[in-house]
Amino acid sequence: MTVLQTKSLTKRFGKFTALNQVNIDVNEGEVYGFIGPNGAGKSTAIRVLLGILKATSGEARIFGMDAWKDAVAIHKRTAYVPGDVHLWPNLSGGEVIDLFIQLRGGVKNNRKEELIQRFDLDPSKKCRTYSKGNRQKVALIAAFSSEADLYILDEPTSGLDPLMEQVFQSCVMEAKAAGKSVLLSSHILSEVEKLCDHVGIIRQGEIIESGSLRKMRHLTRTNLLVETKQPILDLGKQIGVHEIEKEGVEVTFQVDTENLDQIIRYVSTFGIIKLESAPPTLEDLFMRHYEGK
Amino acid sequence: MSHLLWKQTGRLSRFLFRQNRIRMPIWILSIVMLTLTIAVSFTDLYDNKAERQAIAETMHNPAMTAMVGKGYGLDDYTFGAMMAHQMLLFTAIIVAVMSILLVTRHTRAEEEDGRMELIRSLPTGRLANLGAVQNFALVINLLLALIVGIGLFSLRIESIDVQGSLLYGASLGAIGYFFAAITAVFAQLSESSRGANGFAFLLLGMAYIVRAIGDVSNETLSWFSPLGWILGGEVFVSNYWWPVLITIMASFFLWLLALYLHHIRDMGAGFLPAIGGRRQASKWLTTPIGLFVRIQRTTMIAWAIALFAIGVSYGSVLGDLDSFFADVDMMQQMLNPVEGYTLMEQFITMLMSIMAMISTIPVLLAMLKIISEEKKNRTEHFLSRAVSRPRLIGSSLAIAFIVAFFMISLAAVGLWSAGTAVVEDGLDFMVVYKAAIVYLPAVWVMLGITVTLIGISVKFSSFVWGYLLYSFIVVYLGNLLQFPEWMMKLSPFGHIPQLPIEDMDWGVTVSLTLLAVVFMFIGFIGYRKRDLEG
Repeated sequence: MTVLQTKSLTKRFGKFTALNQVNIDVNEGEVYGFIGPNGAGKSTAIRVLLGILKATSGEARIFGMDAWKDAVAIHKRTAYVPGDVHLWPNLSGGEVIDLFIQLRGGVKNNRKEELIQRFDLDPSKKCRTYSKGNRQKVALIAAFSSEADLYILDEPTSGLDPLMEQVFQSCVMEAKAAGKSVLLSSHILSEVEKLCDHVGIIRQGEIIESGSLRKMRHLTRTNLLVETKQPILDLGKQIGVHEIEKEGVEVTFQVDTENLDQIIRYVSTFGIIKLESAPPTLEDLFMRHYEGK
Repeated sequence: MSHLLWKQTGRLSRFLFRQNRIRMPIWILSIVMLTLTIAVSFTDLYDNKAERQAIAETMHNPAMTAMVGKGYGLDDYTFGAMMAHQMLLFTAIIVAVMSILLVTRHTRAEEEDGRMELIRSLPTGRLANLGAVQNFALVINLLLALIVGIGLFSLRIESIDVQGSLLYGASLGAIGYFFAAITAVFAQLSESSRGANGFAFLLLGMAYIVRAIGDVSNETLSWFSPLGWILGGEVFVSNYWWPVLITIMASFFLWLLALYLHHIRDMGAGFLPAIGGRRQASKWLTTPIGLFVRIQRTTMIAWAIALFAIGVSYGSVLGDLDSFFADVDMMQQMLNPVEGYTLMEQFITMLMSIMAMISTIPVLLAMLKIISEEKKNRTEHFLSRAVSRPRLIGSSLAIAFIVAFFMISLAAVGLWSAGTAVVEDGLDFMVVYKAAIVYLPAVWVMLGITVTLIGISVKFSSFVWGYLLYSFIVVYLGNLLQFPEWMMKLSPFGHIPQLPIEDMDWGVTVSLTLLAVVFMFIGFIGYRKRDLEG
């Protein structure tokens, strides 16, 4: 079932087109990774989805309802964490968390205390004294303390330390296991790789690539590292082999996924001592799209 | 080793002057201009000694003494005595505020924002920054003292002589240096710049109140207040220099204390424990209204006190009104006498329109809070949760309504309570209160216009201040400057019936209220439709 869907979503600010014909689909129980360089339109898209900005044209629907008109009904079942959390300097973290939970209304799951422990936050301190990471923890605790069906997370870990990032990742996993959906915008590719089923890459307001990570990997190459008894002859002449590099007795190269079978057969005729294969990292995908084509 | 503590103090001092090369000239110039124009205007207002003595008579009451300080030389109320009596205390407070803000900005605020860390990571001495701030405060206040002093006597006004003028300037400079020093101490004690500012302003307020009580009842008490010290100099009357010297000595010791505390503490740390917050929100905080009230609480309490004080200070002059008006031509011009009503009643109607416009300021501030929240990306916390836009703007509006009612009421109560004490037969509370509360619809119209502007965009919303300023100018100065009638009618305040000298006009009340409702309605629709910044 589709939880979040945009169809040809377009947003213009005057003459500037921030979003151009954007299509996003997030299904139930799915984590959707929303990636792209700074200024590509990620936050604008999220703000349209939250009903804070009004789409110029196209459709943005969450739970089958219109993101602009039915904002309040949608938000009862949605939890949002911004990347840059601005809080009221003279309130304590604990007060802000309670405020956020109350403002959402909806079902509470009484996980607040547990989450405060897990994220290691001192809720009695004033927000003025919090670092960026601690302000983000406040927003994350408030988000995961409520029983939402959809989590919209806009670069939620940009200020967290690695330990807290793990806590965050386990929170997302738990949400996913419970059948919740997540829209995760992030720059931390290892995080996206670990958590997301689907990925959409946005650049200059347009989605330039989207699909499941598995499928996207399929379109690209596998990295191989091989050590053989005899040197591999004519490796460069084989179809689908790229970027050959020799390091002593070892050879590394990339293989187009559709030629993998025949290349492995060919290489094995030289007597394999060692064979390591690695899927293309998201970074490979990402860099290809980021560097302006 | 010890000289290394001060390494680069000179360079940092110069850097301070550079950073403030616009701000400080504005402060100093404003204070000097204020002092000089008031001195000149005294000579225009009072032609001869008899007129000055008449004014001196109106100063013989405790409310006046509490407000501006003990009058020295009331028997021979020269221009000099008048300056020292009516202006010195207020100017001193402005100078103190200048010094407090200056010191906090360059000590604790720099530390809080992490700039001090950068400076300290360079080869600079540990005391260099505070030392530089001390140099800066000293030079600024010295300059101020000299310019005010020389400026005053160069006006060549009778009785404003060299010695008195220089002492007047020196008193201002000394109090500025003193409050700079005390702020430097608080900047060491408190962990935040807000805290340092808060303590310093609290001390300034206490100094004012202790002096007020002391001047009225017990003279010894006044000597516990630094503001009492400089008034004790009896400038232009006896010209005692020793109170200024005491103030400078005390400042010097405070600076030493601040430097010592700075020397022994860690960067970023304070000596007073930061007050922790609550682990949980109280039940009523967890609504938009509760939150808005909470974040504006201090500001609104300050405004409430201010409006009550304005009411009291206006009320306290009502008793001597007739003698005051008889002597001052300008005042008579401002109020066209109306047959059958006393001057006091007419004066009250004018006061009411002024107080209603001042009351409008906190009302608009409360309403515009959602704009400042939007600018700080904090409305998204509401709107990304189950709070609708009408509920958000409605919460702000509800608070603004309550603020409007309380602010006007407090001003009226203040005016009545002081007025009834000084007027011979007392004042009828309901007459005063009705004259004030009748302005509510005008305030609502201002509020409605604000809501409309909020519904249009963030940028336009501050335009309402221009309209309020316009209203203030035409209504306050309209009679004096003989503005045409239609200019008055462009402001909602110009339509309100002037109770008690005019009859109540329900038509105006109802139509202004309806107008306000229409504006609010338009604003609500606009706010629902527009893009928000965050």
